[in-house]
Amino acid sequence: MSREAILSAIRRGLRRGPLPPDQAAMLRGRIAAHPRHLIPARSRLPRAEQVALFVRNVEKEFGTVARLPDPSAVPGAIAEYLARQNLPPALVAAPHPDIAALPWADHPLLQVEHRAAREGDAVSLQHAFAGIAETGTLMFPSARERPTTLNLLPETEIVLLRASRIVGAYEEAWDLLRAENRDGRTGGFMPRNVMLVTGPSRSADIEQTLELGAHGPRRLHVLLVEDDPSARA
Amino acid sequence: MVHLTSPAFKANAARALSDAGLQKALARSKPQFQAKRAKAAAGLPEFEALRDIARDIKNHTLAHLDFYLEDYAAKVEAAGGTVHWCATAEDARAAVLRICRAAGARTVTKGKSMISEEIGINEHLEAHGITPVETDLGEYILQLRREPPSHIIGPAFHLNREDWEKSFRESHTDLPPDREFRERRDILAEARTLLRQKFLAADVGITGANFLIAETGSSVIVTNEGNGDLTQTLPRVHIVLASIEKVVPTLEDACVFLRLLARSATGQDFSVYTTFSTGIRRETDLDGPHEYHVVLLDNGRSNMVGTPFQDMLRCIRCAACMNHCPVYQSVGGHAYGWVYPGPMGSVLTPTLVGVEKAGHLPNASTFCGKCESVCPVKIPLPKLMRHWREREFERHLTPATTRFGLRFWAWFARRPTLYRWATRAAMATLGWAGRKRGAFAALPLAGGWTAGRDLPAPEGDTFMARYARQRREVRR
Ligand code: SF4
Repeated sequence: MSREAILSAIRRGLRRGPLPPDQAAMLRGRIAAHPRHLIPARSRLPRAEQVALFVRNVEKEFGTVARLPDPSAVPGAIAEYLARQNLPPALVAAPHPDIAALPWADHPLLQVEHRAAREGDAVSLQHAFAGIAETGTLMFPSARERPTTLNLLPETEIVLLRASRIVGAYEEAWDLLRAENRDGRTGGFMPRNVMLVTGPSRSADIEQTLELGAHGPRRLHVLLVEDDPSARA
Repeated sequence: MVHLTSPAFKANAARALSDAGLQKALARSKPQFQAKRAKAAAGLPEFEALRDIARDIKNHTLAHLDFYLEDYAAKVEAAGGTVHWCATAEDARAAVLRICRAAGARTVTKGKSMISEEIGINEHLEAHGITPVETDLGEYILQLRREPPSHIIGPAFHLNREDWEKSFRESHTDLPPDREFRERRDILAEARTLLRQKFLAADVGITGANFLIAETGSSVIVTNEGNGDLTQTLPRVHIVLASIEKVVPTLEDACVFLRLLARSATGQDFSVYTTFSTGIRRETDLDGPHEYHVVLLDNGRSNMVGTPFQDMLRCIRCAACMNHCPVYQSVGGHAYGWVYPGPMGSVLTPTLVGVEKAGHLPNASTFCGKCESVCPVKIPLPKLMRHWREREFERHLTPATTRFGLRFWAWFARRPTLYRWATRAAMATLGWAGRKRGAFAALPLAGGWTAGRDLPAPEGDTFMARYARQRREVRR
């Protein structure tokens, strides 16, 4: 059987048999403790500067950011953004409680469907679990209320992110997920899919020249809701 | 499968040097690749320290590879996935075909995967009536052109815009033949529209994996286009092709590599999409595949464990070594004649296809050491290439083969284009030996050698001694 053949070839190379139980226990301990390594200093900043770093990095990677004073401003900001981009006032939104709770009724002209994305959807509104300042990266763990297709199919992705959910380094985002997420199938914290997204889709395959909007969204627009007094600019 | 032409490196290289299109592409890409990496590395003060940590994590993992693979596989299965352990390329092809057939697949979309080239899955699927569709833009045009990739992260970097337009016109015959491609964006848009239909129609999606994570049983892909994500999200079945050395213990370990990978590869701080896939669609999920298979390939790698070539298993396929290699930058990737080009290919290919077929690839090196100096996991590539050469001598290869090797050197030294960079710093050891014995008096090499130049101390006495001895024998 291939499995045994591969494992025994590895062990032959390592000049030992299966790992003795005490050593295996040590390795299991390392996984359980998942120690952090060197974390770049660049993201260890006071809150306001950390949020500013996040914004700068999103923009550096060709995303755009609008900072909003509170959630009630979100539908208006979306209507305005779509008008500015000459896009019809329709979107498919993540069926997330934070998004359902927005005052959509104030903007009756905006057509909002709360579901996964389908071919033909032009604009999505996705819910970010966290933002990572280090590189301006958004974290989207899959869940019923956060379908993966919203990150992929529409040409324009709008993202709702609360400032209080911006962390410095990737490791901090994983720790948030470990603390807050339970997976029904494995009992662990890892959902089926976690996308870390940094800017809109792109390709440099044609003559090493960057073009935005390869297979995923061509525009990535972050609506940053200032829910963290210490993080305000 | 990529047809092995490594034994013809010499002829391949000659052709490459006189290929105007390729030389144009090389001239365009080299400064870009190098400058971008340098800028990204300089932008992260911890970059050098992270390289040491990355090397150590891989070494730790390889020293316990059996444990981490079993642990990883158990986690995949807990998440509803299936792991197919495949000792050989043939096993892997069979496993993929079995899964596709069970799914009743007619078309299969594919994200970029070097393993898929290594095992030759496209030809295998086609031979059994299943249509594979490459969706990475670069891989897509290569599939249209029936060409192998020439670079591990920029597979079609050797093509120019004219080539793209021509191939698209020839292949997309449903579209008006007189349509205009005013900008590169128009080429991209055409591919996007056509491939979107393929994504939606596919029954199975095949991706590679940059990393496998034992802690969570996740496969990780790192891309910029989003094609890999569409490939693994939309079809009912997702197959991951991954080789055994991709495993790392934890998410924290993966973070170290992720900080190095994009910076080393494209000079980005982070790629656009870094995606962790763990098992099948959950009951409450609204999207995602219903089946998740990992085809875990060995194909000779386990035999590298415990040998000097174990270091090569640290490779994260960033391509920095080829982007900085004077040989690669002169002849491109196709000349190497197999899936993996450049310095990493020169070390890896002989271990995977046999030293008798690719044993001279390690000669396609100037031993300038640039590759090792940029490798994010600090693989001693020149040392490993030298190992291969010493092995060839230890095996007492037939005089004919040895003579071929020496003729190869002489040939190399006679090419003006190669010669220029060679004299720049590179063939120092060769030149040194040549001068001392006057062996190259008849070659144009000697004339260009600056007398006052600092010659790096020759590395590897054994080789030099053997080299001189062999050379004397050949001349007799
Ligand atoms: S050998 Fe090093 S530099 Fe070359 S592809 Fe592998 S990791 Fe990158």
